[in-house]
Amino acid sequence: MQTKFWGYRRANGRVGVRNHVIILPVDDLSNAACEAVANNIKGTLAIPHPYGRLQFGADLDLHFSTLIGTGSNPNVAAVVVIGIEEQWTKRVVDAIAVTGKPVIGFGIELHGDHDTIMRASKVAKTFLQDASELHRVECSIDELWVSTKCGESDTTSGCGANPTVGDAFDKLYAAGSTLVFGETTELTGGEQIVAARCRDDKVRADFMRMFDRYQEVINRHKTSDLSDSQPTKGNIAGGLTTIEEKALGNIQKIGKTCMVDGVLDKAEIPAHPGLWFMDSSSAAAEMVTLCAASGYVVHFFPTGQGNVIGNPILPVIKICANPRTVRTMSEHVDVDTSGLLQRQITMSDAGDMLLDMMFRTANGRLTAAEALGHREFVLTRLYESA
Amino acid sequence: MIHCVLHDPADSVAVVVVEGVAAGATLTGLILDEDKTISLPCVQDIPLGHKVALKDMAVGDTVIKYGIDIGKVVAPIKKGQHAHVHNIKTKRW
Repeated sequence: MQTKFWGYRRANGRVGVRNHVIILPVDDLSNAACEAVANNIKGTLAIPHPYGRLQFGADLDLHFSTLIGTGSNPNVAAVVVIGIEEQWTKRVVDAIAVTGKPVIGFGIELHGDHDTIMRASKVAKTFLQDASELHRVECSIDELWVSTKCGESDTTSGCGANPTVGDAFDKLYAAGSTLVFGETTELTGGEQIVAARCRDDKVRADFMRMFDRYQEVINRHKTSDLSDSQPTKGNIAGGLTTIEEKALGNIQKIGKTCMVDGVLDKAEIPAHPGLWFMDSSSAAAEMVTLCAASGYVVHFFPTGQGNVIGNPILPVIKICANPRTVRTMSEHVDVDTSGLLQRQITMSDAGDMLLDMMFRTANGRLTAAEALGHREFVLTRLYESA
Repeated sequence: MIHCVLHDPADSVAVVVVEGVAAGATLTGLILDEDKTISLPCVQDIPLGHKVALKDMAVGDTVIKYGIDIGKVVAPIKKGQHAHVHNIKTKRW
């Protein structure tokens, strides 16, 4: 396997594969100003979202850690933060500044949108021009952080696309990369398989605690057996029948040999290389947004029926083994492994095809989702605002 | 041509991986974990991605895929029939 790629080495030592200058709103009220700045300064990227007001406790902490993690991600060169007022804005700015990258904040109150947009645009222009002078340097595979989450799965996901990711994960794990999977409720029926793959009893206990907690959420709020939601209508149209079947397909993504070395809370940053489990929603954009906030820089997204998701800062590589989806939605598919189901390629061939696309993507090739403008950024909420 | 795939020789269902599988056809199934093939009759039209039963199953039986329990039978299923939400349900939730 190739072991080197060309990435951006940041001030804190982390390696990114993109060089975005982002305009990050602290709250929904600041989306308009952020989008205006991004419109003024071509090449910067606004990341609008609907939240950030009157949240409290753990839900507010997750809001901050997701925004701070997004700004701190090594795929981001510099950050302009805009919030309705200065204190929460400063909290986000100060935490991103720890990475050593250029970051500045603006509060809208006492200034209004016009003045804020003007001042922020001037800094954004400087940040963008400075970022454009950064060069890619040769980096090692053990510096690459890769996340995975599948979506619009069908039965071909479990036979083809997900084990392709599993084969690639086994190879990356052996090479010392930092990996993550999650989707807590989508392990239902296969949780014992994940538990058996945990490195030691402490990791296993942490995993089962997160799994059981999420089951309690489902049981507390459910009004049916969830056969309208999990599996989704798309899953069922694609032939998946039960959550157990979906989960066993899902788990193919963690391969056959790599071990689960630790568990992460949502948007938590892993402390060392290895395979991590992140307690997370199974909704595609929520999970991928959390992976980006945890610092992952490339994402493997297997799909069966054809999920079109992307992310503003995290290149999302789509893998598909469903011959009909590959034919009808080809513009969304980066790696076609449908040959697996006709015995035309081996699982190791499929994993190598994905790794080849991963290296090309890390070196700068735009994914289908990037080329198509998919920038879904969805914050996970834990409960109602105050 | 491979018409359907199964993971484990003990599986009671296989996944149809081509379009146009119709009643009356004889299907070639690939056992992924063993790289061997089997042959079975198809008695209903089955869409791409949906499952064909590899054996007769009665109400209450456990359905096996990946060599593991994926749910329970809630309406009788004959070998070669379409196996999906109309005759299989989750045991969870």
